[in-house]
Amino acid sequence: MRRLPILGDVSRVSDDGLEGLEHNFVTARIEDLVKWSRARSCWPATFGLACCAIEMMATGAAHYDLARYGMEVFRASPRQADLMIVAGRVSQKMAPILRQIYDQMMEPKWVISMGVCASSGGMFNNYAIVQGVDQVVPVDVYAPGCPPGPETLMHAILTLHESIRTGELTRRREANDGGAAIHVEAPLPEDTTEQPVQLGSR
Amino acid sequence: MSSGAPEGTLSDLGSAERVHRRDGSAVLRVGEGEAFELAGDPDNPDDDERMILNMGPSHPSTHGVLRLMLEMEGETVLRTKPVIGYLHTGMEKTGENLSYLQGPTNVTRMDYAAPLFSELAFSLATEKLLGIEVPPRATWIRMLMCELNRVASHLLFQATNGMDLGAVSMMIYGWREREEVLRFFEKVTGLRMNHNYIRPGGVAADLPDGWQDDVRRLLDLIPPRLDEYDTLLTGQPIFRERLQGVGVMTPAEALALSATGPILRSTGYAWDLRRDEPYLAYDQVDFDVLVGTYGDSFDRFAIRLNETRESLRIVEQVLDQMPGGDYRTQDQKVTPPPRARIDDSMEALIHHFKIFTEGFHVPEGEVYVAVESPRGELGCYLVSDGGPNPYRMHIRGPSFVNLQTLPHLMEGGLIADAVAVISSVDPIMGEVDR
Amino acid sequence: MTTVPETSSFGQRVLHPLPDQLYATVSDLRDEGFLTAVDVTAVDYMAHPGRTDLPADVSPERFEVVVSLHAHQSHERVRLRIQVPVDDPVVPSLFDLFPGTEAMEREVFDLFGITFDGHPDMTRILLPEEWEGHPLRKDVDTGRIPVQFREAPVQR
Ligand code: SF4
Repeated sequence: MRRLPILGDVSRVSDDGLEGLEHNFVTARIEDLVKWSRARSCWPATFGLACCAIEMMATGAAHYDLARYGMEVFRASPRQADLMIVAGRVSQKMAPILRQIYDQMMEPKWVISMGVCASSGGMFNNYAIVQGVDQVVPVDVYAPGCPPGPETLMHAILTLHESIRTGELTRRREANDGGAAIHVEAPLPEDTTEQPVQLGSR
Repeated sequence: MSSGAPEGTLSDLGSAERVHRRDGSAVLRVGEGEAFELAGDPDNPDDDERMILNMGPSHPSTHGVLRLMLEMEGETVLRTKPVIGYLHTGMEKTGENLSYLQGPTNVTRMDYAAPLFSELAFSLATEKLLGIEVPPRATWIRMLMCELNRVASHLLFQATNGMDLGAVSMMIYGWREREEVLRFFEKVTGLRMNHNYIRPGGVAADLPDGWQDDVRRLLDLIPPRLDEYDTLLTGQPIFRERLQGVGVMTPAEALALSATGPILRSTGYAWDLRRDEPYLAYDQVDFDVLVGTYGDSFDRFAIRLNETRESLRIVEQVLDQMPGGDYRTQDQKVTPPPRARIDDSMEALIHHFKIFTEGFHVPEGEVYVAVESPRGELGCYLVSDGGPNPYRMHIRGPSFVNLQTLPHLMEGGLIADAVAVISSVDPIMGEVDR
Repeated sequence: MTTVPETSSFGQRVLHPLPDQLYATVSDLRDEGFLTAVDVTAVDYMAHPGRTDLPADVSPERFEVVVSLHAHQSHERVRLRIQVPVDDPVVPSLFDLFPGTEAMEREVFDLFGITFDGHPDMTRILLPEEWEGHPLRKDVDTGRIPVQFREAPVQR
């Protein structure tokens, strides 16, 4: 009889399969395990800015219960977090701080832009608001809405989990330094013929 | 807790000297560079041991993006400088480019814990300029929604205040009840927050069928939960220790610093616009104005808890007295024609189109209207040049003004109490920075 | 007691003191029981020069500082509208009388560039310290930029 530590008697594995073992095991590629664990314990940093932050907190509270996805620990220190949910409008004064906090987070890190204000400036197209937080940090998932309801935020989070799990985000990062590669840009020079979709409010 | 008419003059409300003495010393007025110098050199033995502590703007207990510069000696806070503007949205400028009908969309995003109050102030100001009356049903609907919003806002305060002080389960409880109120809001206005529901001329839509049952359910559900909070917090020695005697203010100081709302009332000065300068139909309902005795954080907590009960009392009366009729004025000028008429009348179509593209013209003039929001006096100053957009739209945000009391409340206290004080002032940064 | 022109707007008392009468007027009002300065703001009338609600003896200027005072005892409100010329935008600060005006005056300074003489800390409050210009002036643009989206390149 051959015994291995932990697994127990392995002499009949060829006949019975793995059933006779005291402890079972799975085999997997290490990359998949890493991706899986990253997706299942994504700790968000508290980065509430405006109205959307209230909805973000509502998502974490009893009724919607973000804890189901292993995300209940909102970390106050960016160094302990790997997901930044930019919840709310980013003013010109806040933008450098936003970037600083992003830089303090550990790799790998993801960014969800929550709400139209963070995604594109929303209804506040004026001197004070940064027109899209993707000018400051690379954004992986955009959650639309003003404010996005908890369901929308959860959908964004699950989308993020899914693309972490499949490795899509890591692939994207290699291709274009992170982010969803949607760019909000300053106006094109006059003589350009190519006209991108224009979403001015008036 | 009792209610009473405001009485007394400045001299018998507390000594005026105190205002001035404290005023010279509580507020830190230095720029960033100077602060660095003030902080001194840690290696120098002659250094005066003072240091500057920076808190925020991304700090879990500063309620959003408030930043504080604290001058400290050991653990004692000497002077404080609140640094704001991290959420400056330029809403007053944006408001000049939106028509009066679009205006509430803009202002509702200021105080996101109590959005209906900004809409109300803006709508009342516009209506005053236009000189129109809204039908009684609209007035009572506004009152119902605003009081429920006050409940939601105070529940939010209970949740965050509890969490800031370490009573983390309050976070769960507060949100749980707030969620119930929001569900009713979603049914009525279509949105959980930022409703754009109260508009010049009335409200956006009538209450849905069966709203009485929903409101009655809230009235049955929330009071027992508030009693639960009482058990959990009010009598609890640790909680009381953290709040009692922390962040004390006298009525004279509060008046001099233009503080309003629960901060003013906690000092014992009974002042509530709903009772003292009634708007809507507050003179037809019965409620008490709650005041504190010591002006400390505990009084502010207790006032908000009991104001929730008073609001529910008002809601109950609104439920019984809700009149029938129109939910918006039938004035052709501000109200678009009903949908059915658009199909068969060209004029109605043009009229509808004009109201929503160009907007209606408002007579020239300027007006200031104030309402009592959960945080204090929320005023709207509107200037019209006769065009379809406000010439100038200014909101007097209660949080913005109340924030000035922070240095005075924190002076001489411990750094650990700073968190309790910030949370008891309950600033909403969206309204502070606008 | 200085006499200043008085009008009424929607039933509310409006006073029109000159900038150098402001301090004395407010101080008199405070003695009358107006214990709180509710609000300090400003309006830039550049794009609306012909306003009609001023009394005859007040000459309109481009800026107008608006101060609202409140007497809790008598439930009275009064509003002061002070004409401020653009080439010398200075008014006396009310900080000595009402410490609560500190932040509001800073806000007016920040957004309109009107200086309050005697204010202890006349610095920007809402905008970053190095910001140039005063955005609520009418000759300053809203700052709207056309936002353009580029599609994400097709993945996979
Ligand atoms: S997207 Fe809407 S809810 Fe979110 S911060 Fe902007 S205005 Fe507020």
